[in-house]
Amino acid sequence: MEKQQFERPYIKKLQAGMPSKFGMKPKAEPITHIDDNSVADLIGEFGSPVYVISEKTIRETYKRAHHAFTTRYPKVQFAWSYKTNYLSAVCQVFHQEGSWAEVVSGFEYDKALGNGVKGSQIIFNGPDKTEKDLKKAIENDSLIHIDHFDEMYTILALSENSGKKPKVAIRINMDTGVYPIWDRFGFNYENGDAWDAVNRIMINDKMELIGLHAHIGTYMMSANSYKIAAGKMADLAHGIDKKYGISIKYIDLGGGFASKNTLKGAYYPGSDTAPSFEDYAEAISSGLLNSELDPRKLPTLILETGRALIDDAGYLLGSVIANKRLSSGHRATIVDVGINLLFTSFWYEHEVYPAAPVSDHLEETTIYGPLCMNIDVLRESIAFPLLKKGDHFVIKRIGAYNMTQWMQFITLRPNVVMIDLKGKPHIIREQEVMDNITQQEKLPEHLA
Amino acid sequence: MQIKKNIAVSETGFVFDPTSGESYSINKVGQEIMAMLKDEKTPQEIRTRMCEQYDIDQASFEKYYYDFTGMLRQFQLIEEDE
Ligand SMILES: Cc1ncc(COP(=O)(O)O)c(C=O)c1O
Repeated sequence: MEKQQFERPYIKKLQAGMPSKFGMKPKAEPITHIDDNSVADLIGEFGSPVYVISEKTIRETYKRAHHAFTTRYPKVQFAWSYKTNYLSAVCQVFHQEGSWAEVVSGFEYDKALGNGVKGSQIIFNGPDKTEKDLKKAIENDSLIHIDHFDEMYTILALSENSGKKPKVAIRINMDTGVYPIWDRFGFNYENGDAWDAVNRIMINDKMELIGLHAHIGTYMMSANSYKIAAGKMADLAHGIDKKYGISIKYIDLGGGFASKNTLKGAYYPGSDTAPSFEDYAEAISSGLLNSELDPRKLPTLILETGRALIDDAGYLLGSVIANKRLSSGHRATIVDVGINLLFTSFWYEHEVYPAAPVSDHLEETTIYGPLCMNIDVLRESIAFPLLKKGDHFVIKRIGAYNMTQWMQFITLRPNVVMIDLKGKPHIIREQEVMDNITQQEKLPEHLA
Repeated sequence: MQIKKNIAVSETGFVFDPTSGESYSINKVGQEIMAMLKDEKTPQEIRTRMCEQYDIDQASFEKYYYDFTGMLRQFQLIEEDE
């Protein structure tokens, strides 16, 4: 007797009334290829897990953002936010596209110099710049964004012994209608601290105040807060012009544009709710152009956009280790990607896709990483197809912050691969080996 | 382990649990397994029968079988043996 074709037995609860949160997406469309490279081939060649970055996506995203702003405001300059992803290959793509560098530590500063960025095109942000860092930045004509008065006086003291007049901006925090206000960085606009900082710089005449900086927060869902911020910055620039007769050369509105990832607990997916580059550009340019600023000498608009420029270009590929049922009967899948490699899983509900076509049946699943730690959960609950041990999957939109905030914890970090514009993959950071870790260690003699 | 007595399984692939008021859809293989569970067949009997009837090896069937009964347990459609 001919045997019948087997279909995996399943039972599915029927929802009356309220459609389930997953009701909109009944099928798991696979991601089988990234820029013409099959996921199976990438894993075959570079191992599992592996980070994959699409150079094409970086360039296209950059061009979209650049276009959105330059069509609305005459002078625009992007500065690549190193902390978001400072792998040299990634930085160089942005620099080739015309980005300056935005750094927040001596380490990042040196990395930018190492990437060939001119000192005068490095923006130095952050609360922790050592004297050594500041000296170097002054020597190189970098743009130093002052965070607090202690820093201002350090720069003043350094400028006494230096033949150069430091080029500075002040970081400003303010109420843009989004709370909490990030008031731990810079000088407050509403309480007069920002003016206080401006006055002290102008009266001392030891530094050149060339810019105003704000970074109002990250993953900002409201384009309108940028309009408010741009308006306040423009007012301050205008006031400085009126009072001291100098025109501020640039207004830097920092980063913070939302990527299309979905925040934990959000009801609608980020792809539906995140404002577009056009929305942000419209808000910012209207805030600047509708201000008192003299249209004949508008300051350059600097943007330090991070996540929104790189998230889409990054993928994390991995394999299923095992499936199990929890004591409640709830389904769990264990994969070879842990939170050590996907730091952003703490705040995003990352999209996970099978790498090959699978049956239509989805089941609510928890995805665990391989670390022997209870916190190692990639997704608490995702409608996921039944993948078998060894099946591959793709986590989408992971280009921002993961390749800088990753942890060497329990396992070594895997290869990072960039696919170039012709579709050829290159290793841009080699997987770690034991020596990378142990060579930093030293054994006291009595333990050797 | 057996299917709760009051659970109704229709021939068109619907399962109704009068205790909770929940209803479920189920595919053909699932329906056949549920019928055998109702008949108090052992897992071994079920496996042998299904592997004769369907194009599936015993090890794979066993994996799917326990996954399926896990779902039945999650939906509280089965009673554990005392
Ligand atoms: C000063 C500054 N600029 C830019 C960024 C990049 O932000 P985002 O990735 O949200 O665009 C950050 C990140 O926190 C920052 O602190």
